[in-house]
Amino acid sequence: MDKRYRVLIGKPGLDGHDRGAKFIARALRDAGFEVIYTGIRRTVDEIAAAAIQEDVAAVGLSSMSGAHMRLFPAVVEALARAGGADIPVLGGGIIPDEDIPALKNAGITAIFTPGTPIDTIIEAFRAACRTHLGQQAR
Amino acid sequence: MAAKDPRLRDWEEKELAASLARFPERRQHFTCPGGREVERLALPDEIDERYCEDLGFPGRYPFTRGVQPTMYRGRLWTMRQYAGFSTARASNERYRYLLDQGQTGLSIAFDLPTQIGYDSDDPMALGEVGKVGVAIDTLADMEILFDRIPLDKISTSMTINSPAMVLLAMYVAVAEKQGVAADRLRGTIQNDALKEYVARGTYIFPPRPSLRLITDIFRWCADHMPRFNTISISGYHIREAGSTASQEVAFTLANGITYVQAALDAGLSLDTFARRLAFFFNAHSNLLEEVAKFRAARRLWARIMKERFGATDPASMMLRFHAQTAGSTLTAQQVDNNIVRVTIQALAAVLGGTQSLHTNSRDEALSLPTEESVRTALRTQQIIAHESGVADTVDPLAGSWFIEQLTDAIEAEARELIRQVDEAGGVIACIENGFISSQIEEASYRYQQEVEQGERIIVGVNAFQVEEEATVPVLKIDPAVEDEQVQRLRQLKAQRDREQVAAALRDVEQAARSGTNLMEPVLAAVRCYCSLGEICGVLRQVFGEYRD
Repeated sequence: MDKRYRVLIGKPGLDGHDRGAKFIARALRDAGFEVIYTGIRRTVDEIAAAAIQEDVAAVGLSSMSGAHMRLFPAVVEALARAGGADIPVLGGGIIPDEDIPALKNAGITAIFTPGTPIDTIIEAFRAACRTHLGQQAR
Repeated sequence: MAAKDPRLRDWEEKELAASLARFPERRQHFTCPGGREVERLALPDEIDERYCEDLGFPGRYPFTRGVQPTMYRGRLWTMRQYAGFSTARASNERYRYLLDQGQTGLSIAFDLPTQIGYDSDDPMALGEVGKVGVAIDTLADMEILFDRIPLDKISTSMTINSPAMVLLAMYVAVAEKQGVAADRLRGTIQNDALKEYVARGTYIFPPRPSLRLITDIFRWCADHMPRFNTISISGYHIREAGSTASQEVAFTLANGITYVQAALDAGLSLDTFARRLAFFFNAHSNLLEEVAKFRAARRLWARIMKERFGATDPASMMLRFHAQTAGSTLTAQQVDNNIVRVTIQALAAVLGGTQSLHTNSRDEALSLPTEESVRTALRTQQIIAHESGVADTVDPLAGSWFIEQLTDAIEAEARELIRQVDEAGGVIACIENGFISSQIEEASYRYQQEVEQGERIIVGVNAFQVEEEATVPVLKIDPAVEDEQVQRLRQLKAQRDREQVAAALRDVEQAARSGTNLMEPVLAAVRCYCSLGEICGVLRQVFGEYRD
């Protein structure tokens, strides 16, 4: 990989199931990314502030509690308020297929449901980072 | 035939006779189809010293073969499905449905704001109200939750940890309104704060004040609720977070040791509280390892209580546990395969001697379960209980070389891990320095990598896949539930006697600061409809908050 992409993995809301988030964080690290993991139970504003402060090229969100429809778009909005409207947001967790179109409409770049191979997720982060940094360079 | 072994005779005359007098067996005769009699307890030809030391007799130290002399011949395990969603009204309907379907105990799932001590109108609760369980803000919600459910007739398990005292107080207060005194209530509160710091994550306060709340509950219940389990020391979530079977046993029992020590330090006498400690384990897919795990956990706890704490009452050494099948093994692909996984896992729990069981539903990798899939999950237990025959004899896998070797190995591995925790300064130190979390994370990562690389087959996920149309109906929580709950709470808050509420909260604060038992002031506060968020808010101010 020519560039070491920096990404943030966040757990918005009250859900404490972080086995998946931790696995993604570590797998991204093993794939050469620089990863900031927020820990559980962060507010959307905390996640947005951390993303800006750490100057990440993408944000990944995980939710298992069914609160994704409120929380994922709220992170996109919080990022916009904090001056990071162009940072791509990816999400994963227990998310019914029928919710995916609405999440994409709300500005989430990609959604990963249970059973997605890790390589697919890593590739999506790489593509999101590349696009984001390409846009910034322009 | 040789003369009966004197130890066997002794057990028959004492534990067995006492148990048969209390609970006659379910049937006069247990038979295989065709009429062959099923023995109550199969034994080796020769009962030697080693057998007595490591296995012994069911209902007798070290309880490897079970905590009851007749096990499921006397009484089947409690079939207890964890349930709860959206409002108290909707959950009440689900509970009454489950009881109608033959379920024998309730298990309440609370939503995350309730579990973390926030009212539904708190900004932190946004999007989470009623999602993974029922929203409870005040006694008014609890009254609806148990409407037309007689609390003197059923037992209720409540998965609530950091704010366990508040929910326990609400339960006592609802029972009072039904005319049922606290000493007749049966059930369990999870009340296991320590595992929240390493798995599950619904902590509120730092570890030390959490221990104080827990020992206050032990003390109050010893005096007022002698039939209620005051804690359910849980390995379930440690395993779900990715630990191995031995780590699950080790970290759970290490937490148990910490609670026992905290209670002793608070001046409680061992035999007043130890008999009310309960445990909660995961029933995973590796059938034989799981059976060995339950047996090893039982034996190790008995030995710890006897050797480390000098317990003398057998009831204080008995590890009684609830089991739940492993949610993390369920797949979103080919969901019907999950019914088979759950069957194997449930069988492991029963062969391992569980006291109660939750079987997961096939659709839980997608959402909360629908009513139909919950029924299938319950039927799975009923088929094991009534058709498989495994409930007709005690500890049927005992004496298998493989099972006994595995039981020994898990006990030894868990003992070694507990030693490491002790050496590093105990559980709280190991929470703070990350030892426990990093052990779990390491195991979880290793396992997931094996799956990713195809070294471990998950049917339907990394092998035997099919193209699927997403046609599984899922249960959705209407977003309006949150707004309605918030509305109801605001209305109730406006109608309360403000001075009474303020005074009750002041009493809670004073007790929190002074160190007197918090249960009475919390009970008084819930009776006058102080909310969960208000009471936990006061405690947050006094105790501070934990952050990972």
